[in-house]
Amino acid sequence: MIWIDTLAQGLLLGGLYALFAAGLSLVFGIMRLVNLAHGDLIILGAYLILTIAHATGLHPFVAVLLAAPLMFGLGWALQTFLLNRVLGNDILPPLLVTFGLSVVIQNGLLSAFTADSQKLTAGAIEAQSMDLGIVTLGVMPVLTFASAVAVVFALNQLFYRTALGRAFRATSDDAVTAQLMGIHPQRVFAMATGIAMVVATIAALYLGTRANFDPSIGPARLLYAFEAVIIGGLGSLWGTLAGGVVIGLAQAIGASVNPEWQILSGHLAFVLVLLIRPRGLFPRAND
Amino acid sequence: MSPLLQIAGLTAHYGDFQALFGVDLTLGQGETIAIIGANGAGKTTLMRAVTGVARVTAGAVTLAGDNITRLSAPDILVCGIAMVPEGRKLFASLTVEENLLIGAHARQGNGFWTLERVQSLFPILKERRHSPGTALSGGQQQMVAIGRALMSNPQVLLCDELSLGLAPVVIKEIYAAFPQIKSSGTSIIVVEQDIGQALRVADHVHCMMEGRITLSGRPDTLSRDAIHDAYFGVSHA
Repeated sequence: MIWIDTLAQGLLLGGLYALFAAGLSLVFGIMRLVNLAHGDLIILGAYLILTIAHATGLHPFVAVLLAAPLMFGLGWALQTFLLNRVLGNDILPPLLVTFGLSVVIQNGLLSAFTADSQKLTAGAIEAQSMDLGIVTLGVMPVLTFASAVAVVFALNQLFYRTALGRAFRATSDDAVTAQLMGIHPQRVFAMATGIAMVVATIAALYLGTRANFDPSIGPARLLYAFEAVIIGGLGSLWGTLAGGVVIGLAQAIGASVNPEWQILSGHLAFVLVLLIRPRGLFPRAND
Repeated sequence: MSPLLQIAGLTAHYGDFQALFGVDLTLGQGETIAIIGANGAGKTTLMRAVTGVARVTAGAVTLAGDNITRLSAPDILVCGIAMVPEGRKLFASLTVEENLLIGAHARQGNGFWTLERVQSLFPILKERRHSPGTALSGGQQQMVAIGRALMSNPQVLLCDELSLGLAPVVIKEIYAAFPQIKSSGTSIIVVEQDIGQALRVADHVHCMMEGRITLSGRPDTLSRDAIHDAYFGVSHA
């Protein structure tokens, strides 16, 4: 029975990793940009929720509703004024710029909030659980996983059912021809990064309510996110969810054997998947 | 009456290489003109310069009296010039119907061409509407590309090498749609290597060679030899 519990916890943990990764996957899918500051932007989102919650006394689950549009604006501005300038045929400039951005955000947060650990306090819900007979699941982990599924579902609907999603896919296919359709690729990219930051804010909410965070933990979140995107297959949103679940399961199984093996097991699963399926579990046909 | 589209002294470069040398061209309202010429004559560059994809180094393009030379490609589309690009360039991850709908992405207001009208112009596009655009045959893809351009309800439709790589019977089928497109009020520029086809559809023909227009006239006034000379750059003894 302990195994069922381990698998259930791993699955739910995968939801958190999928939330870390969904924004990264979206941005990569549309503009082939790997945002190395993605993890730090999630941490920035957590501090933003924390600041709003402290200033207004609002519950983090309500404060996130105020933080999300601010983060959308930040993502939009970041893409418009910085990242669009470095996107091109050479993949190195955007990598360098987002790496620099990562350092800037970490140090900015350190100056503003010190290196002390912080946590978003969600109240009684943090300790609540539901007994399903064979396993007992924490309400927060279940909520995290449900949010991950909802986010991936919503992004897929956006991608395949709306005019904006059509413009996303057309620009991703062929940005020059997209311009002949009246699409401004740079505006499309700004919308995409804005939306990715809204998803990052949702990830930040669960990151901050489930565990402590401080300005230095962004790069590790980026690593999990990146692994989830690669495992799932670049540009596939459901694949990203599957990738998050693979890492979550591997970590839970590793930890159940030996708690020291938790992180290592996730990375090993990543390497293993790459060995067997180098293009990920659900690669896009036309990449 | 002033022409709908006026191209004056248009010059374009690819790096140090000059591809267009002061091209002058006019297109009247409701008119169809053809630009013919061999590979590398500058026909596609001219189309790319007019639509804002290639950078113009000198000269001007005016549409209905407005100077649109320095506008971006998306803004030029909004002004009313749509292009069927060489090689069709359908979006691989969009279905046939989505490829048509994306053509109307920047459309403001209503116009003659709607999804239904495009689908009745090329009925196969309705039948195959859920297929990926790139799963269609070359001729059907060309129909999608034309329909996609029409969806923006352009004043000027540029068609770059419609017949390239297509069987004669398919080319005929595609050009059979032209009278209906013309009757919707759209003015057309076709760029063709297929001289016979160009002469059949156009009110005016211009021949390009090495970035310049070397011959212009009405199809019925141009002799076969004159076209041959202008096309290949040789003179008959």
